[in-house]
Amino acid sequence: MPKDGGIGASSKRREDVRFLTGRGRYTDDININNQTYVHFLRSDVAHATIKGIDTAAASEMPGVVRIFTGADFEGIGSIPCGWQVTDRHGEPMQEPAHPVLAQGKVRHVGDPICAVVADTLEQARDAAEAIELDLEELPAVVDMKAAVQDGATKVHDDLTSNLCYDWGFVEENREAVDEAIKSAAHVTTLELVNNRLVANPMEPRVAVGDWNAGTDDYTLYTTSQNPHVIRLLMGAFVLGIPEHKLRVVAPDVGGGFGTKIFHYAEEAFCTFAAKQVGRPVKWTSSRSEAFMSDAHGRDHVTKIELAMDADNNFTALRTETYANMGAYLSTFAPSIPTWLHGTLMAGNYKTPLIYVNVKAVFTNTVPVDAYRGAGRPEATFQLERVVDKAARELGVDPIELRRQNFITEFPYATPVAVEYDTGDYNATMDKLAEIGDLSGFEARLAESKKRGKLRGLGVNCYIEACGIAPSNLVGQLGARAGLYESATVRVNATGSISVMTGSHSHGQGHETAFPQVIAEMIGIDESQVEIVHGDTATSPMGMGTYGSRSLAVGGSAMVRAAEKVINKAKKIASHLLEASEADIELKDGQFTVAGTDKSVAWGDVTLAAYVPHNYPLEEIEPGLEETAFYDPNNFTYPSGAYCCEVEVDPETGKVTIESFAAADDFGNIVNPMIVSGQVHGGIAQGVGQALLENCSYDENGQILSASYMDYAMPRADDVPFYSVDHSCQTPCTHNPLGVKGCGEAGAIGSPPSVVNAVVDALQRAGHDVTHIDMPLTPGKVWAAMNG
Amino acid sequence: MYAFEFERPTTVEDAVKALASEDAQALGGGQTLIPTLKQRLAAPETLVSLGGIAEMKGVCIGDSGEVCIGGATTHATVSGEAGDYPALAELASHIGDPAVRNRGTIGGSLANNDPSACYPAAALGSNATIITNKRDIAADEYFQGMFTTALEEGEIITEVRFPVPEKANYQKFVQPASRFALVGVFVAKYSDGVRVAVTGASEEGVHRWSEAEEALSADFSADAISGLSVPADGLIGDLHGTPEYRAHLVKVLTGRAVTAAA
Repeated sequence: MPKDGGIGASSKRREDVRFLTGRGRYTDDININNQTYVHFLRSDVAHATIKGIDTAAASEMPGVVRIFTGADFEGIGSIPCGWQVTDRHGEPMQEPAHPVLAQGKVRHVGDPICAVVADTLEQARDAAEAIELDLEELPAVVDMKAAVQDGATKVHDDLTSNLCYDWGFVEENREAVDEAIKSAAHVTTLELVNNRLVANPMEPRVAVGDWNAGTDDYTLYTTSQNPHVIRLLMGAFVLGIPEHKLRVVAPDVGGGFGTKIFHYAEEAFCTFAAKQVGRPVKWTSSRSEAFMSDAHGRDHVTKIELAMDADNNFTALRTETYANMGAYLSTFAPSIPTWLHGTLMAGNYKTPLIYVNVKAVFTNTVPVDAYRGAGRPEATFQLERVVDKAARELGVDPIELRRQNFITEFPYATPVAVEYDTGDYNATMDKLAEIGDLSGFEARLAESKKRGKLRGLGVNCYIEACGIAPSNLVGQLGARAGLYESATVRVNATGSISVMTGSHSHGQGHETAFPQVIAEMIGIDESQVEIVHGDTATSPMGMGTYGSRSLAVGGSAMVRAAEKVINKAKKIASHLLEASEADIELKDGQFTVAGTDKSVAWGDVTLAAYVPHNYPLEEIEPGLEETAFYDPNNFTYPSGAYCCEVEVDPETGKVTIESFAAADDFGNIVNPMIVSGQVHGGIAQGVGQALLENCSYDENGQILSASYMDYAMPRADDVPFYSVDHSCQTPCTHNPLGVKGCGEAGAIGSPPSVVNAVVDALQRAGHDVTHIDMPLTPGKVWAAMNG
Repeated sequence: MYAFEFERPTTVEDAVKALASEDAQALGGGQTLIPTLKQRLAAPETLVSLGGIAEMKGVCIGDSGEVCIGGATTHATVSGEAGDYPALAELASHIGDPAVRNRGTIGGSLANNDPSACYPAAALGSNATIITNKRDIAADEYFQGMFTTALEEGEIITEVRFPVPEKANYQKFVQPASRFALVGVFVAKYSDGVRVAVTGASEEGVHRWSEAEEALSADFSADAISGLSVPADGLIGDLHGTPEYRAHLVKVLTGRAVTAAA
C-alpha cells in the first residue's frame, strides 16, 4: 500500500503549484527601486592583447551611469578557485589570476572587457556599441594536446605552460599497473572523447547587486545553488566584504545542473558596482551570453586500457586523460577530473590495480567545471565502454563479463582510495533484466529487422560517490571549503515547523521531500512543515546543493536538529505529564507515558515552550528551535544497471531510442515519485550527451554551437518512456536516513548504454565499428557504417 | 533591438507605399526577422507589417484548379486549409513548432529563402508562380541562391499559386538542433513530367535535381534513381553533416519521397 505521507510516500511536489502557474519568484523577478542595468561588452575573439579601450564617446550616450573596465578592478581580488590539486610530483597546480573584467588580455570568446551601467538595458547596449576597442589578436589555443606541446602559445603569460597539473592517482601504483598490463593475457584499449556540454538551465543566470548607503550593507540576489558559498568566496576573496555586511539571496532558481554552483564575475561586478554607482545594478544573461559565460561541462580526451587474465578477470586498469579547464579555473574545476573522476575508476569491479593520469590543460575556451555528475559520468563512460569493448573482443556476454568481475563483498576498499559501504550489483542487474525484458531482445531484434532497422542492446553499470563530502578528507585532497550541511528546525508556538536549510532546491523538490522526513519523525502532517532556503540571512551557514548531496547531507543535518528538538520537547512533555523523561514516547504527534493512557499533544507541548507558564524554567530554556551541522564520515555510493535499446536507420544513420530501463540502488527512498523524476531527467540529459549535444569550437576558438540553432538539446520526442526501478535498496550505513542520493545517476549511467547499444546494432549488422565518439549524430553513424 | 517605426497597413497599395520610405523593411510572421532584430543584426527605420492585409490571407482554388495561398497566410492555415494539395499541407504542418506555424507566413519564408527552409522546396518542386504586387514570377526564375530571390526592393509577395500534381511528397531529414531541413526533398509528378526540388543541401540554396527528374519522368519508382549519384561538390558541410552525407541523403530522401507518393 502506498503511504499517504511521511517517508516513502509519493507526495506531490508542493512547489510545482507556483512553478507551473507562473508564480515562482526568480531573480529576474526582483526589481529594486532606482535600479540600473549592466551590459557586458565581451570579447568576440578567443585570444588578444587589449591595446586600448576608448569609452569617451560611449560615456556621453543617453542614460549611461558609468562604464567600468579592468582598470577599475585593480586591487580587487581575483575570482577564486575553491580547490587546489597537487600534481604527481607534489607540486601545487598552476593557478592563474581571474580578474572580474579582463586586464591586459582576453582569453576566450565571451571574456568580459567592459561593463556599461545605464538607466535601461537598451541604453547600456547602445553605449557598449560606441566603445572603441583596440584588440591585437593572438593565436588561439584550442586543442588540448597541442596546448601542452613545447612552444605552444600560452593562455597565461605568467604560467610556465598551459598545463595546470599532471595528476597521478594512485601514484604509488603506477609501476605495478604498467607491469600488470605488460603481463596480461588480454588488454583492451579504447581512445575516446567525452564531449563538451553546455548546461542550459531553463533560467539563465541573473545577478542584482544592492548597497545600502545608510548601513553599508550589501545584498546580492543571484541564481545560485549555494548562496553561502558565494557569500564566502565573493566577500572574503574578491571584494573584501565581511559576511555580516553581505547577504546573498538565491530565490527560486530555474535549474542549475552544476553551472550555478560557481562564483561568477558578474555577481562580483553587480555587488561592487552597486556601491560605486550608488544604485542597484541588475544583470540578466541572454541565452547567447549563457553559451559563452556559463561554465561548460565534461571535455575530456581519454585513453583507457583494461587488462585481464586468461579467465577474463580484470587485473589492471590504466587511464590517461586530458581535461580541459578552459581559460580560467572555475570554482571547483580542478577537482572534477581528479577527485570526482579518478576515485570512481574502480566502478563496480574488483580490479586490483588502477592508475589514473589526468593532465588538466588551459585553452582559450570558456572555463569548464561541474555539470550533472561532474567527473563521475566521465569515469563511468570510459570504464563501461572499455568493458563492453573487451567483452566483444573476447566473444563473451557483456553482462556476464561484468557479473564475473563485480564487487560482491562490502564494505569494499577500492585501489583508488574510497570505501564502498554497501551495494548489491547483481541485484540491480537482475532487476534490470526483468524491467528491461532482456530475454525478449531477440524477438524485438527480429521485428526491427523486418522493418529494415538495425537494433542494438546496450547494457552498463555505474557507481557514483555522492553525499559530498567528509570535510577532513576533502581538506586533505585540496578543497578550500568544508562540505558539511546545516539545518535549523524552528518549531512555532502552534506546532508548525519551519526548517532553515543550507541546501538549496532548484528543481529537486526539497520543499516536498524534506517535510516528509520531519512529518515521519514527529507524526504530524507534512503540510505543517515548511522549508526555508536560499538566503544567507535566514539559513545557517550551508554549503548548498550539488553532487546529489542534499538529502544525504542536508537531510541528515535536518534529522539531527529535529532529534534535538524532539529531545527537548520530551523534557517539556515529561514536565506536563508529571512523568519521567525516560518514559516519554512520541508517536503520531502525541507524547505518551509508556504503558499508560496519559498523553499530551505535540501542539500543546510546543505552545508550552513559547508560553512557559507551567514549564521547568529552572531546567530548560523556553522556545523550541535547534540547529545542527552534519559532516558525513564517508561518501555515499549509489549504483545501478542500465540498458538501452536503439534502432539505427541503415540508410541515414539516424539513431532512435526504443526503450530505456534503469535499475538503481539509492538506499532508502523518501519520495519515490521525485526519485523517478530525477532519474528521468538525468537520463534525458545523458541521452542528450550521447546523441545530440556538443559544444564545438573551431581552430580559432570561435564557438560554432552558440545557440539553439546549432546546439541540440534533447526534446520530448528524442527520449522514450523510461522504465525505472529503485526497489533494490542497500541503505547507506553511515547517515541517519540510510539514503544515498539520486540526482545525478541518470546522467552518469545513461551515455554508455546508448553508445554500447549503437555499437551493438552496427556489429550485429556486420559493420566493423568498435567506437563512435559522442554525440552519435546521424552523419557520424552513417560515416562509421560506410568506412 | 534598435528603435524603429512600425506600420501596419491594411491594403497592398498602402504597404507598397510604406515600403518605399528609406530603410523600410517588410515584416511577415517575423520568425527570422524578429530574432535578427533582437540580436541587433538589422536596423530598419520602419517595419511594415503585412499581417493586417486581409487580401493577402487565406487559401483558395484558382480557375485552373491551382491552390492559391495569400502571401501573409500562416503555415498553420496552409496546414489546415490546403487539403487540395495534401503534400503541401503536410509540409506546412511540419515547419518549426506550433508557435512558428501560427506566426510564420509563406510569403515571409519564400522572400527570405533560407537555404534550409521547407517552402522553397515545395514552390520549386511544384513550379509555383510567385505573385507580387508588380508581376508573376515562375519558381524556376524566382530562386537565385542562398537568401537571394528575384524580388526587387519593396516588392511584396501577395500570393503563391501551386499547380496541383498527380502525386507528390516531401521528405525532411531534420537538423537535430534547429529542426530545419538538414536535407529536404520535394518530389511532384505532373502529367508532363516529374520535378525534384532539394533544400538544405546546397550552398546555392534550393535547387532541382534534374537527373532524377529525368529518370523519374520515365519511371516513377525509387528504383529508377538507384543508379544515380549526387556529387558532393558545392553541398553544405557543417557541424551537422558533411557534403558527402548530404549528397547521400538527397538520394535516400528522393527515393523515400517517390515511394511515399506512389
